[in-house]
Amino acid sequence: MIKRRKYAEALFKVLGLSSLALAVGTLALLFGALVVHGIGRLDWQFLTSFPSRHASQAGILPAVVGSTLVMLVTACAGIPVGVAAGIYLEEYAKRTWFTELIEVTVTNLAGVPSIIFGLLALGLFVYMLGLGASILTAGLTLALLILPVVIVTTREAIRAVPVHIREAAFALGATRWQTVADHVLPYSAAGILTGIILALSRAIGETAPIVTVGALTFVAFLPPAPITSQPPYLSFEWLMSPFTVMPIQMFAWVSRPGEDFAANAAAAGLLLVGMTLTMNGLAIYVRYRMRKRVFW
Amino acid sequence: MARSLDSSHVGSAEKGEWPKPLKAEACELSFYYGSRLVLKRVSVPIAQGNITALIGPSGCGKSTFLRCFNRMHDLYPGTRYEGAILLYPEGRNILDRQVDPIEVRMRLAMVFQKPNPFPKSVYENVAYGLRVRGVRDRRVLDEKVEQALRSAALWEEVKDRLSALGTSLSGGQQQRLCIARALATDPELLLLDEPTSALDPIATGNIEELLQDLKRRVTILIVTHNMQQAARISDWTAFMYLGELVEFGPTKRLFTTPTNKQTEDYITGRFG
Ligand SMILES: Nc1ncnc2c1ncn2[C@@H]1O[C@H](COP(=O)(O)OP(=O)(O)OP(=O)(O)O)[C@@H](O)[C@H]1O
Ligand SMILES: [Mg+2]
Repeated sequence: MIKRRKYAEALFKVLGLSSLALAVGTLALLFGALVVHGIGRLDWQFLTSFPSRHASQAGILPAVVGSTLVMLVTACAGIPVGVAAGIYLEEYAKRTWFTELIEVTVTNLAGVPSIIFGLLALGLFVYMLGLGASILTAGLTLALLILPVVIVTTREAIRAVPVHIREAAFALGATRWQTVADHVLPYSAAGILTGIILALSRAIGETAPIVTVGALTFVAFLPPAPITSQPPYLSFEWLMSPFTVMPIQMFAWVSRPGEDFAANAAAAGLLLVGMTLTMNGLAIYVRYRMRKRVFW
Repeated sequence: MARSLDSSHVGSAEKGEWPKPLKAEACELSFYYGSRLVLKRVSVPIAQGNITALIGPSGCGKSTFLRCFNRMHDLYPGTRYEGAILLYPEGRNILDRQVDPIEVRMRLAMVFQKPNPFPKSVYENVAYGLRVRGVRDRRVLDEKVEQALRSAALWEEVKDRLSALGTSLSGGQQQRLCIARALATDPELLLLDEPTSALDPIATGNIEELLQDLKRRVTILIVTHNMQQAARISDWTAFMYLGELVEFGPTKRLFTTPTNKQTEDYITGRFG
């Protein structure tokens, strides 16, 4: 009897381990293949060159710049709106059927396929608002995409601040806004920031919605510089510039015949994975550092 | 709709057992969580410069009563007050809809059952009430923080680590920190909800001593589970049971010759 139970346990251990090995092994294999194919191409020339018909002269500069600028727009638009919405829902909104409905909608939006956001953006930003296939459009599209994630993680982080801390602030005569600004937000900042970084790291690899709004696949120029030599020294022309982003550049190379372009694609993939991992690492570090200073 | 005091409130209290002057007074105070009536027309006077203790079995509504005084229930939907709490000298009903709860909380201070310092420095914990009131002057803050920490008998222990986290102090120190935080704003009435229930006898003794010193400056209303504590430190005692006030009187008299059978059973520990 006991022997049979032990047997079942051993069986489960083997099963569990082999599933784990399969999952981790596949990942390692993929990543390893990327490294083997791409590492040789990942040099300064590659990072600072424009795409070219000759694989060995091609580079990823416009895609890196494009990705960076799109992320900038996404962060500027998505973070304040998402965090503010999260604060409002958690701290201010009265519990009614309407707020319940909004909550359910937001949670479900986080699971909507990203191409749907692309279609929505195509209709709204490109056609209705006439923003064209620009960096602005792409940034706003990805902002929409990460909004539900930012809202949900903000709310979760805020909810982790215990009631007795809020009550302490209120009892001292603080207004709701003072309580939020002086206590709730600082104490939940680690959680909120982690959510934001993870959302951005997901957005940077998004391809489908960016293709949908009309990103280019061959870009041999950089957007206009944001800083100019004439007053007012700042220019926002780059917002309206056509662009490409890293995953699209990678896809363009993958679909070209020939070994050389495949190496380029692997190098681009390596860079993309590296950026994502760096961001995730940053999120872990931020959480670790800030959690150490906040406990109750 | 402040109701003036009539003789029916006195109830069990004999002549000469009604304190004077008053700092505050609950008049026929009823309170609902949703549709659930938790306080039933409770009337208790709070004597100025005295310690008033609130005793009663668990769940009788002591915390609920205390939290009415600084309108803490306003933070949660579905709660309702009836009756009045008059705050003297002006005798205004602080439960009135026209009265801003923040205005009330500016005048009273509260110490909670579980120590709840902010995860900020000791200094910032004490200074927060002042900051909320718009005090920016560093010298004023420094002075007030030191004063409050001294009043809470904590200064000597923390003066070298004012920038340490308040949450890193020991339990007893944390509770004294919360008392200092409450005192820093010079409240007129200090509300304490079982402030020593999480502490050991020595820390409890420290805080009891502290309250004796404090009562010259600030009126105190304290909820306690511990009858010996009520007998030791308070001047007046109110005994509540199932949301009603059973008996109110001078502590000495109430603990020696309670007029009510329930009170007697409770204070002699014969309570079912
Ligand atoms: N938020 C709430 N919603 C509904 N009912 C509540 C709520 N808080 C307390 N009650 C109920 O109100 C009654 C009084 O609670 P209260 O916390 O005031 O008791 P207490 O006398 O302070 O008890 P204890 O000595 O255990 O702290 C209890 O029956 C409790 O179940
Ligand atoms: Mg209680």
